[in-house]
Amino acid sequence: MDLREIVVGEEIAKAVSEADVARIEELALRLRRHCVMMTHRARSSHIGSCFSAVELLAVLYTQVLRVNPNWPDWPDRDRFIMSKGHAAAALYATLAEVGFFPVERLKAFCQNGSNMPGHATHSAVPGVEISTGSLGHGLSVGVGMALAAKRDGKGYRVFVMLSDGECDEGSTWEAALFAPHHKLDNLIAIVDYNKIQSLGMVKEVLDLDPLAEKWKAFGWAVREVEGHDVHALIDVFSALPFETGKPSCVIAHTVKGKGVSFMENKLLWHYRSPQGEELERALAELVNGKKPVL
Amino acid sequence: MRSAFIEALTELAESDKRITLVVGDLGFGVVTDFARRFPSQFVNAGVSEQNMTGLAAGMALSGRIVFTYSIGNFSTLRCLEQIRNDVCYHKADVKIVAIGGGLAYGALGVSHYATEDIAVMRALPNMRVVAPGDPVEARLAVRAIAEEHGPAYLRLGRDKEPVVHHNLPGFFIGKAITVKPGGDITLIATGGMLYNTVKASEELSSMGIDARVLSMHTIEPLDREAVLSAAKETSAIFTVEEHSTVGGLGSAVADVLAEAGCVPERFVKLGLPPKFPDVVGDQEFLKSRYRLDVAGIVGRVLETLGIQGNAAVESAGTQITSS
Repeated sequence: MDLREIVVGEEIAKAVSEADVARIEELALRLRRHCVMMTHRARSSHIGSCFSAVELLAVLYTQVLRVNPNWPDWPDRDRFIMSKGHAAAALYATLAEVGFFPVERLKAFCQNGSNMPGHATHSAVPGVEISTGSLGHGLSVGVGMALAAKRDGKGYRVFVMLSDGECDEGSTWEAALFAPHHKLDNLIAIVDYNKIQSLGMVKEVLDLDPLAEKWKAFGWAVREVEGHDVHALIDVFSALPFETGKPSCVIAHTVKGKGVSFMENKLLWHYRSPQGEELERALAELVNGKKPVL
Repeated sequence: MRSAFIEALTELAESDKRITLVVGDLGFGVVTDFARRFPSQFVNAGVSEQNMTGLAAGMALSGRIVFTYSIGNFSTLRCLEQIRNDVCYHKADVKIVAIGGGLAYGALGVSHYATEDIAVMRALPNMRVVAPGDPVEARLAVRAIAEEHGPAYLRLGRDKEPVVHHNLPGFFIGKAITVKPGGDITLIATGGMLYNTVKASEELSSMGIDARVLSMHTIEPLDREAVLSAAKETSAIFTVEEHSTVGGLGSAVADVLAEAGCVPERFVKLGLPPKFPDVVGDQEFLKSRYRLDVAGIVGRVLETLGIQGNAAVESAGTQITSS
């Protein structure tokens, strides 16, 4: 079996065409529709946190990660850890869309008796690297995987997606201190910086700015990117590692609730699930070929 | 036990390159040689136990057998959620090692007393909880938990524990060791309390009380068979632990007895009351204060059995009331 034929994300060396970008944008749209329906059926929270991460996930799983949907435990796979486990709907939807399991299974999300909880869970579906949900765990586990790879001479990389609220956790910074000391340039932290955390604006709850400077001061090679711009995301991830001998940090400036006009930048949509007229309006805005009304 | 641990781990590390030791910047004079000999199998995570445990899980999920190591509560309570979510939920091959179980760091104060760790660790799914009774058991325990895939908690003392086993005992996770047979009462000890318990049984023997002594080195899974046999074959069970009487060995044994409907005439938990000590002192001082010294154990047994007027009782009584 020639892995290169079936491995997702081997296209990075090629020039990315406009058609590829359009394909990824369409995938992002489908992911948002899945998230709407999943949180609607489950009456669950966190759709806003899913929406901010959608383009990141779409680009990672089609252009960046060396993973194999037909062989989820492939030992040399790149590891992706959804440390912001509350965006599980977006992760499950992405894994389904790229072929880890049938899209139909997304209907089980948070349903009584199913095995697919509202926070990323390794036993829920194939392709979830580790279970998360309590913030501040993913980067340490990623550090361990990256360190093991270095010491065992393995070529895989470890990607960890963090929320901005998660950067309040001391454990995140314990891991952030450790990774550069051990020169883990196979480790990539991605901060989904949507500027809203659980009880308000990040700036008002516990200000992170200047966030890039904080990661730089800890020894990371940092790049900032517009987190919904597919072109820009592909460019950034094609430059990994940003510096040899340093872990890379991508600070993705995103919009909470991105893609549905009445959800964007609204704290309410950290919690609310779309029902009734809101469901219809949300789906109406997430239609192929149309830009969301802003 | 500390030396027994590192010697056993060194032997394992020589033959199995998956064995990895991750410390939280503690182990001066203990881990130095290991670090020098096996640099690719050693990590000092710094003073950051949450990261230590999370990265241990990450390394274990990448194929290694990882031992985390720190003092008492630092490797357990400080990073409890990492142990629960990252290690136990994923059945990651991480062995959590705590040095100084109980009151081993006596004079250093409450921060350094690991007195609730067994209770907390045995509540976690997928976790084996092992507290060897002497350096011989400690060495065997290291090998046993390394051979069995999955999370384990290894509770050790420091370096002063006397050897109890002068012959190599059979050591199996979840199987108590009968250190001394006996038909009148049963003393079930865990961890470093084994030595005093054996000595107490010898004193009781001289008074005509034939005490069975079990080394309950594994608290989870508990050896139900040994507990129920003791309940059927002897008239009283005493659990002896350098740990809170809430949730530790005594509670685990009580669960087994109550659920089996097999309660002996007398059942007493010897251990630490669930409150912070108000005086400081070395381990032996504190043990005697809580009647976990030989005289204290003998005294509690005699009191429970209704035997009065013994010198040991008076001595122990004096120690406990003198505060």
